[in-house]
Amino acid sequence: MSISTQTIIQNKGLSLKKKKAHSGRGKIAFRALLIPAFVFILWQGLGSAGILPAQLFSSPFLIIASFIELVQSGELAEHLQISLTRAFLGFTLGGFFGLFIGIIVGMNKKSENYLNPTIQMLRTIPLLVLTPLFIMWFGFGELSKVLLIALGTFFPIYLQTFLGIRNVDQKLYDVAQILEYSRLEKITKLMIPAALPNILLGIRLGLSTAWMCLVVAELLGADQGVGFMIQDARSFMQTDIVFVGIIIFALAGKISDSIVRFLENRLLKWQDSFKA
Amino acid sequence: MVATLQMNHVSKTFKNNQDHVHVLDDLNFSVKNGEFISIIGPSGCGKSTLLKLIAGLDLDYEGEIIVGGQEVHAPSKDRGFIFQEHRLFPWLTVEKNIAGNLSLKNQEIRQKVDELLTLVNLKGFEKAYPRQLSGGMSQRVAIARALLRNPEVLLLDEPFGALDAFTRSHLQEALLDIWEKNQTTMMLVTHDIDEAVFLSTKVVVMNAKPGRVKAIVPIDLPYPRNRTGRSFQEFRTLILKHLDHQVEEVEDWSI
Repeated sequence: MSISTQTIIQNKGLSLKKKKAHSGRGKIAFRALLIPAFVFILWQGLGSAGILPAQLFSSPFLIIASFIELVQSGELAEHLQISLTRAFLGFTLGGFFGLFIGIIVGMNKKSENYLNPTIQMLRTIPLLVLTPLFIMWFGFGELSKVLLIALGTFFPIYLQTFLGIRNVDQKLYDVAQILEYSRLEKITKLMIPAALPNILLGIRLGLSTAWMCLVVAELLGADQGVGFMIQDARSFMQTDIVFVGIIIFALAGKISDSIVRFLENRLLKWQDSFKA
Repeated sequence: MVATLQMNHVSKTFKNNQDHVHVLDDLNFSVKNGEFISIIGPSGCGKSTLLKLIAGLDLDYEGEIIVGGQEVHAPSKDRGFIFQEHRLFPWLTVEKNIAGNLSLKNQEIRQKVDELLTLVNLKGFEKAYPRQLSGGMSQRVAIARALLRNPEVLLLDEPFGALDAFTRSHLQEALLDIWEKNQTTMMLVTHDIDEAVFLSTKVVVMNAKPGRVKAIVPIDLPYPRNRTGRSFQEFRTLILKHLDHQVEEVEDWSI
């Protein structure tokens, strides 16, 4: 009898689980969209009722309309392409150096002594303060923007890579020693995989600073790009276009973050961590 | 028979600022090819330290350790090491953990890994991650990883200490099988007298503070050994006596 009760309980548990898994995705999407939908409706309602001044807040439908217009004219694509190129170049440059120097400093005490204090000191400088200097040094062209983004990306990726490597378990290092891993194998087959959770976190943090630096660089001195589009629209009080630009940046940030999170799920599936 | 492992006047002191802790004092013994040696002693007698020295993980010692005719001055896959914890790479599947820096695309490696998976009874778990394995299974993966490199000596640092009694005796038997098949020289550090008598051809009993060789007890019982047999118990008692005596000594000394 006890066995049959047990199976019943188990079956119940199974069917419950199945149900949960079945409706899970829809429910999660519903939860995620609830607050934005509420804001959207409230905003449009207040705008249509004339409570929100149209000139400062525009309204969702107006923003969508001008978005469509910008897409159709090809203006948005042009600005977006330029912004994405800058972000990509800067992020790749900064990310590469962050990873590279992070690994070197993480692996080698001597290079830590030489490099880390300076990097930590530079890190405390608010990045945006450097923008005028960068424009003076590298001009209004692409170089100053790409370098600013690269610098913004460099610090978080460097820091997390360094941290990740220093967190590698000495016990696993001993194993690599005994299995006669070469120096390169120790880096590629022990240090990098072990530090990967940190490195991916660094990439996510780096991406968000990269977008921030891009915006600043484009707001302060550019004649193309989404940031410029916003700045330009502001001077003509085209609030709807300003909002389009803001939403584009928000989407870009969200999409790039989602890509890294997707990578995290794929690459870190070996992790045995708490998943609420 | 050739001595695979030779220890000449090996001493080790841990230096901690002003504190000097003498862990190993003038160890001299040799291990013949294909022997199964167990090292037993109270905690703090430096038995794990000794294995690390032999492995080449710690090079700060006095004296000479010769393995296979050559002095130890770096870790080597010729001296396989099984730790108390499995120490698998958590991001690699079972088969990739065993292969490590060797490529599974190499036909020869692939075949050897498959053979080892059968040997340690883990067929069907090739693609599992360490977090999905039990303690005993993980330890078997670690053993397969060491065996893939055909070590001359396998150093085992209380490898079954953290496992339950059932898994432990199962793995002890598996280890004996491997030893008989491969003729690998085994050096096992343990605090379990039963384990030492069940497995080894010789038991080295060590003193604590500083670690010295107190007695070497050859166990000339045929394999497989019967844990409840009378002669088994006699060896057990003999080793226990050596260990007990030493506890008294330490007590005397501390008064």
